[in-house]
Amino acid sequence: MGKERSAKLWHNMGILLFLAPALILIGVYIIWPIIMSFNLSRFDWDGISPQKIYVGFKNWIDLMHDTIFWHALGNNIKFIILSLVIEMPIAILLAVLLDRGGKKFDIFKSLFYLPMLMSSVAIGVLFKYIYDPQFGLLSGILNFLHLDFLAQDWLGDPKIAFYSVVAVICWQYIPFYMIFFIAALSNIPQELYEAAKIDGATQGQYFWKIELPLLSPSIKTACILSLIGSLKYFDLIYVMTEGGPSNATELMATYMYKSAFASFKMGYGSTIASAMFIIITTAGIVAYFATRQKEA
Amino acid sequence: MATGKEIKKWYFAFLAIWTLIADIPFLFMAFTSLKTQMELLMGNTWQIPKKPTIGNYLTVFEGSFFNYLKNSVIAVSVSVVLILLVSSMAAFVFARMKFGLNNVLYSLIIAGMAIPIHVTLIPIYILTNKMKIYDSILALIGPYVALSLPMSIFILTEFMREIPIELEEAAKIDGCSMFRLYSNIILPLSRPALITVGIYNGTYLWNEFIFALVLTSTPEKRTLPLGIWDFQTKYGSDIPAIMAFLTLSLLPMLIAYILGQDKIIKGMMAGAVKG
Repeated sequence: MGKERSAKLWHNMGILLFLAPALILIGVYIIWPIIMSFNLSRFDWDGISPQKIYVGFKNWIDLMHDTIFWHALGNNIKFIILSLVIEMPIAILLAVLLDRGGKKFDIFKSLFYLPMLMSSVAIGVLFKYIYDPQFGLLSGILNFLHLDFLAQDWLGDPKIAFYSVVAVICWQYIPFYMIFFIAALSNIPQELYEAAKIDGATQGQYFWKIELPLLSPSIKTACILSLIGSLKYFDLIYVMTEGGPSNATELMATYMYKSAFASFKMGYGSTIASAMFIIITTAGIVAYFATRQKEA
Repeated sequence: MATGKEIKKWYFAFLAIWTLIADIPFLFMAFTSLKTQMELLMGNTWQIPKKPTIGNYLTVFEGSFFNYLKNSVIAVSVSVVLILLVSSMAAFVFARMKFGLNNVLYSLIIAGMAIPIHVTLIPIYILTNKMKIYDSILALIGPYVALSLPMSIFILTEFMREIPIELEEAAKIDGCSMFRLYSNIILPLSRPALITVGIYNGTYLWNEFIFALVLTSTPEKRTLPLGIWDFQTKYGSDIPAIMAFLTLSLLPMLIAYILGQDKIIKGMMAGAVKG
């Protein structure tokens, strides 16, 4: 009995020892910061002075009336829609074409992956210069094609800047979703195609009757990924425009960063971060259950 | 209805167009990096450099490029080793051990995958200052490891659950301890999952921007993505030099990709497929 007990004790000690590093790290760097973020949202604090001023829910009330925040959230939503509408169809189309080509098209696959290998910062900086009105690649090409009249100040014009940046983000993510769909397509059993072939199916029918229906679970997953990703997006926008010109490209994350680290409003920044947390978590849960119910 | 041959023509046309869209920016980058500022300003931007020069690369090497590279290598490799160690230990317990809180703890950690990490940014910045490790590689490693854990533990746990129980029982009869079971049996058998987790986190952290932006401030301590950021702030008007920096910063990933295409792609996708 005593021996068994001590064996059990050793077993539990072992479990604790194996879990401890993960639990401590997650506690310190994930759970505590989330609580801290909500806590800080009730203070006015510049992040430097030892004094934090308790203001209760003032930051939250300010946030409700903050037109920049609502504008940023609106941009996030526009960004969700644009990425879904642009990225998914192109990614699906490319995946289907590459899948039908089989091994012969491997070279195209490799060529299409390239944007995935570059960091967001590198892509952002590269496209800042591609968009440059004077010596950028885009105006160079438009000049060459005698389409000068189409040339714009792509990132400087508040009406266009948002779309210019979103175009680059789509460029960056299309290969990612493309591979995602290629992986899903490779799971479709070959017999289905053969059966369809015997029935005299056309290329279009392959697509609408076999590929698209069988891809639909993957498409749903990809859409959720894209939705969540679009709500917390930061990198490329910050690198290319820092949210400007005049907040035209502002997203919640860029606004949060700038409030906390450029305007030194840690309390207000934490309020934005906490609001993001609530919005993204809610959106994630809703999207998860919405797509799950349909499948059942 | 189009015939098979005509359709193939359309396939190729579309693929060719997409090749241009996907890759021309890289050609622009590489060509421009070999031009002088003069040639860029005078000629057409899309033209091949007439007299390629490596002057821009020398400019980049004179700066802190290698220091940024070194910091990236250290930050990413230390983080990945720690991620693999910590997450495999936890996954081993979740996958193979019975105890009361197993499911509760595991579900809680997995829920961490859905958390937008931005919410942790400001508190981690404050914590880093309090711990007096602000502006050091150490400041990055903590959050890098911790924020990667939920996903890594998930992938590894699901993989370890598939390992046949018989292997474990045979080892237990031989008097194998929990630690030996982990290190001599489960860990070697989990190699494919460990590689996937390593590549996934490695590529993600190699490009990580916002935490590095907030937790470091001097070129001596910053990683490669921040190197790009600092360099373009400093050399804003010298486009060819910036393009040289970008080209160089792409090289490590490109080499890694050429060496292990399938594994890299699988690793990059691991997070998504599981999400």
